[in-house]
Amino acid sequence: MKIALAGQPNCGKSTIFNALAGYKAVTANFPGKTVQYTLSTVTFGGKTFEIVDLPGIYSLTSMDLAELEARKYILSGQADVAINVIDASLLSRSLEFTIQLMDMDIPIVICLNMMDEARRKGVHIDTEKLSKILGIPVVETIAVKGQGLENLFSAAGRAFDENIRGEAPFYHKDVEEVIAKLSGFMDKDILRELKVPKRLLAKKLLEGDGFFMKKISKFPKLLNATSDLQSYLEKTHGRPSDMVISSERHAISMNLFEEVSRVGEPVRTFYDRIDNVIMHKYFGYVILFLLLAGFFSIVFYAGKTLEGPIISAFEGLMKSMGDAMGKETLLFFFAKGILEGLAGGIGIVLPYLIPFLIGMSILEDVGYLPRMAFLMDAFMHRIGLHGKSILPFVLGYGCNVPAIMATRILETPRDRFITAFLATMIPCAARTTIIYALVAYYIGPWAALFVYVLNIFVIALTGKVFTYFIPEVTPGLILEVPSFKMPSVRVVLAKTWLRMKEFVFIAWPLLILSSALLSYLEYIKGDRVINKILSPLTYILGLPDAVGTTLIFGILRKELSMLMLFQALGTMDVSSVMSHEQIMVFTIFVLFYVPCVATIAVLWKEVGWKKMAAISLATLIIALVIAIAVRGFLSAV
Amino acid sequence: MKSLSEIEEGKKAKVLNILGGKSVRQHLSTIGIHAGDIVFVKRHAVWGGPILIEVHGSEVALGRGVASKVQVEEV
Repeated sequence: MKIALAGQPNCGKSTIFNALAGYKAVTANFPGKTVQYTLSTVTFGGKTFEIVDLPGIYSLTSMDLAELEARKYILSGQADVAINVIDASLLSRSLEFTIQLMDMDIPIVICLNMMDEARRKGVHIDTEKLSKILGIPVVETIAVKGQGLENLFSAAGRAFDENIRGEAPFYHKDVEEVIAKLSGFMDKDILRELKVPKRLLAKKLLEGDGFFMKKISKFPKLLNATSDLQSYLEKTHGRPSDMVISSERHAISMNLFEEVSRVGEPVRTFYDRIDNVIMHKYFGYVILFLLLAGFFSIVFYAGKTLEGPIISAFEGLMKSMGDAMGKETLLFFFAKGILEGLAGGIGIVLPYLIPFLIGMSILEDVGYLPRMAFLMDAFMHRIGLHGKSILPFVLGYGCNVPAIMATRILETPRDRFITAFLATMIPCAARTTIIYALVAYYIGPWAALFVYVLNIFVIALTGKVFTYFIPEVTPGLILEVPSFKMPSVRVVLAKTWLRMKEFVFIAWPLLILSSALLSYLEYIKGDRVINKILSPLTYILGLPDAVGTTLIFGILRKELSMLMLFQALGTMDVSSVMSHEQIMVFTIFVLFYVPCVATIAVLWKEVGWKKMAAISLATLIIALVIAIAVRGFLSAV
Repeated sequence: MKSLSEIEEGKKAKVLNILGGKSVRQHLSTIGIHAGDIVFVKRHAVWGGPILIEVHGSEVALGRGVASKVQVEEV
């Protein structure tokens, strides 16, 4: 049995999914966090079934790629049962999707999630009445606390066993007549090809749904009937046919909502008042600045405190090993490589990565990101985008891969491309560790701040340049801002671990392996060949020749550039062989040049190989220009 | 008739019409804004930024461009 979790964005689908499957789908408090579906086989109450976590979808009229993915899955008819997850505090709006989903004509259960939030907002729902009217089970849950999930899945099992499909409310008589008339033109061939129920298809066609209109272009009879009936609706109702259909849905949902619920006084909480400050015209920006500055300094000081002692311990170990094995033996070269890879992970990456990821999780879970989108919308328009692009950008500070995938929440291909391009230049957690462990550690926190400010400036400038070539056409920001939520310690830790696994199980082994490989290259003197080839590059950047090889490794994983640097220079005290100016130029170059392999792969998938190649080349040029400019600037002052 | 972007903070307005074609209209309808709905303008951002409205119990940020396409009357 396959159960699909379907519902509007930010209603808790992924939270329900994780409660059963373990923390597999990243959750956060902003709409559009899930952009692709996740599958898991779970055993619950003695039964084994498959659950599918779909991206949130406001309506079967999909507005972006993430919604399109959910819509495709729902319309494909792969699910045996649908659990329609609803944020109970937003029942009236959510029911519009419910009545569309019921037209799919599959067994269905409604999950009224976030019942605590609904009560707080003063929304009281008569669950039984709702269930009776629609003819399907309705289960109340509070997914973050795990409440009601047992009932939910046993109801889903029952809906499947007893084939409970309910009956969607009817539209007004005249509209129903039009729907029936149009359904009369659908023969078996058409239905077999489109694989959706008549009623759903009729409504979608009357709405002029792009996807289905294209599909029926092969069937001229149906196509003609559709346009005739569209104009008939338009004439009799005095407004476009898509508006007629959406108003019908809206009216039904509102009536249903009024019948089953009672709205009392909302309980004013601390969170309502906090928004008055956080989204304030002026204080909002002060808080934004303080929050980010505080965040980065906490990460820096936490990391620095750990980095120093760990690194010197490894240095000591390395020295005594060299003495014991003999410095020029192959064995020592391998042992050194492996040890340096280990040291890099424990001493340099983890001390910064862990506090950074915890901080990111908290920011996401309280619901700060959509508020940032609100505050930054005007600024984003200056660089040819709108506020929603802030979401991928902020995710980019964690890792560029999910950031580029998150561009699916944007409405136009132009915005997706520009945002993906700019997101590759955002210093991800890997590059953050380089900025901290090199620039902040050796030169000072202000120098690190300079790197961040310069980075934002370059990104903004690149965006500005784009608007000259591809002018802005976006309709602008339309983004739901969810209520603040207290993040749960358990979820924050689970999410941090999920993201850290990527480093621990993929990056770290790669790191140790590359480290051993570089050590071997050094032993056979192969690194000199690579360094020789890259010497024009290192020459114009004013960097030591030995740095060349590290730049190649950096394409695999950005942290490798730094960790290999220690090895290539033969010391973990970089400042003994590189000047502050060189450290700065190296970091700036690594920050901008060519995205890492994983990012390149996801770019290929999301924007195609041509644009991927263009982005890689462009970032290389940008990196060169900026690094040379910084070098010139630093040697001038 | 005014556009939604002209409504001051703390005022309520009734949506009369949505200009700007099917795409904007459908997008707004999916998040719960239709002709006839009452919206409450919670705040305006500075520098030509977006407005924050409350509609059917949820809060939605609308860019100025989008808000100017929503025709309303103050209530």
